[in-house]
Amino acid sequence: MSWLDRVRNTLPFLARREVPENLWIKCPRCDEMVFTREYAENLSVCPRCDHHGRIGADERLRQVLDEGFALLPTPAVREDPLKFRDQKRYTERLKQARAKSAHADAFVVAVGAIEGRPATVGVQDFGFMGGSMGLAVGAAFCAGADDALRNRRPYIVFTAAGGARMQEGILSLMQMPKTTVMVRRLREAGLPYIVVLTDPTTGGVTASYAMLGDVQIAEPGALIGFAGQRVIQETIREKLPENFQRAEYLLEHGMIDMVVKRSELRPTLARILDYLAPHTG
Amino acid sequence: MQSFLEFEKPVAQLQARIEELRAAGGACSADIEDEVSQLEAKSHELLVRTYANLTPWQKTQVARHPRRPHFADLVAHGFEDFVPLAGDRAFADDQAILGGFARLQGRRIMLIGHEKGHDTQSRVRHNFGMAKPEGYRKAIRLMDLAGRFGLPVVTLVDTSGAFPGVEAEERGQAEAIARCTEACLALPVPLVAAVVGEGGSGGAVALASADRVLMFEHAVYSVISPEGCASILWRTAEKAPDAAEAMKVGAKDLLQAGVIDRIVDEPLGGAHRDPVAAAVSMASAIAEELGALVGLAPSTLRRNREDRFLRIGG
Repeated sequence: MSWLDRVRNTLPFLARREVPENLWIKCPRCDEMVFTREYAENLSVCPRCDHHGRIGADERLRQVLDEGFALLPTPAVREDPLKFRDQKRYTERLKQARAKSAHADAFVVAVGAIEGRPATVGVQDFGFMGGSMGLAVGAAFCAGADDALRNRRPYIVFTAAGGARMQEGILSLMQMPKTTVMVRRLREAGLPYIVVLTDPTTGGVTASYAMLGDVQIAEPGALIGFAGQRVIQETIREKLPENFQRAEYLLEHGMIDMVVKRSELRPTLARILDYLAPHTG
Repeated sequence: MQSFLEFEKPVAQLQARIEELRAAGGACSADIEDEVSQLEAKSHELLVRTYANLTPWQKTQVARHPRRPHFADLVAHGFEDFVPLAGDRAFADDQAILGGFARLQGRRIMLIGHEKGHDTQSRVRHNFGMAKPEGYRKAIRLMDLAGRFGLPVVTLVDTSGAFPGVEAEERGQAEAIARCTEACLALPVPLVAAVVGEGGSGGAVALASADRVLMFEHAVYSVISPEGCASILWRTAEKAPDAAEAMKVGAKDLLQAGVIDRIVDEPLGGAHRDPVAAAVSMASAIAEELGALVGLAPSTLRRNREDRFLRIGG
């Protein structure tokens, strides 16, 4: 890691401005052309078909938290522990991901309030290497949980990931028990842990902290599952059911508590926090 | 009949030659006897050399060997008085994960593990060791039972992964795995896990979030199968040998990374060449590890187990 990277990593708030490249964007679901500003003002939800677009960590935090929230520094971790190389070096892939992101990895933690209710909020960024969980994501998740424990705040986590970060091999798998340890500590401390599943949340992330919330919320249409659809299709060799692994399907099968539109997330979280938040006096 | 793996071909050829000579030699021919014993020595030496230098991909093949001792073999030769218990009390009894009371060198334990099966019929019954949510929920139930009655838990991990299917997703595969991992971490009794064949992804870690994790010499443990990794990162499953290499799936690397605590030697040429001896040595290694843990207070056990996973990779 060069000194520049090292400095950049310790300054996660050193945001690069996200400048919209086009005036119009095309909704990936209904193909409708939408004015970029209108789309942004609508929380990156298509005003025509209600498709909930994927958003980055910073946009998520701005949408969910009251003004004046602060990012927590994310812990430094061992970089490229396996010296992994496929067609490309892992360090090269990391460098590319960082060039496009304001953050050093795929999990960002902030401290702030939701309609006045204090909370520690973790956001996983699918835009950063598919949100994949390696040492950095695991450590950031745990740092958020630690902060919640120390300050007796609720912990709210927005998940989004293709799964584990293969380039970190078994160490990425070990993030499953590691993050689960922290979920258990929150529970023992009587602090609420709320999960908001966003598109997509699959693999080892779903099979650990993403499914262990006291209350499980999902955004409309979000893909949520353990195994990938292609793998399942190859196994069963039949057509997958309609809506398979979508938020509404999980709701129907009893796997989550509610599907909540992005525009309703803040008031919904605030209401839930009123029921679960630890008494402060 | 001994079945040989691709990389064992030179050994297989020698063995075939030995068979030939024996068949041709009849009762007594000193020359042939001589040649046979020379060839046997050569074959032995070749086997030693081959197995001392297995690549991660070769180890993957050994770990998946159809004759490798599975749960039933390990139970039969390493443990006593197995009392199988069944069902998750909610949906079904998943035969991909078996469990029940057992004794290990006289000590009462709860034994849980994946079973892959050994022929077509049993493989189908055990779903090739790929568990569904009801399998993990059975494991959770058995761990809870063990915790309440003070029985230490031993898990034998051998799965290519949790079952990827519609009904598994429908019934909450991800949630079941997460809760099973959580159940491991919450246990008030000692938990020793042994990766005996394939330790495949979340389906393995759900039973291996333990105080001590042992691994057979030629077992593999990884976040995704080499084929899966290769098809994503190299865009072709044919690069699986490269993926196995890059992910460092073998026991030595995992020991160094602190992911496992102890490597258990296999009989020469792999556990499938002598399942009984393999079972005996695994069982005695597990018994040793358990011996060091029993008697510790539940809070100490939990705290150490948590620290173990918080520390890994740090």
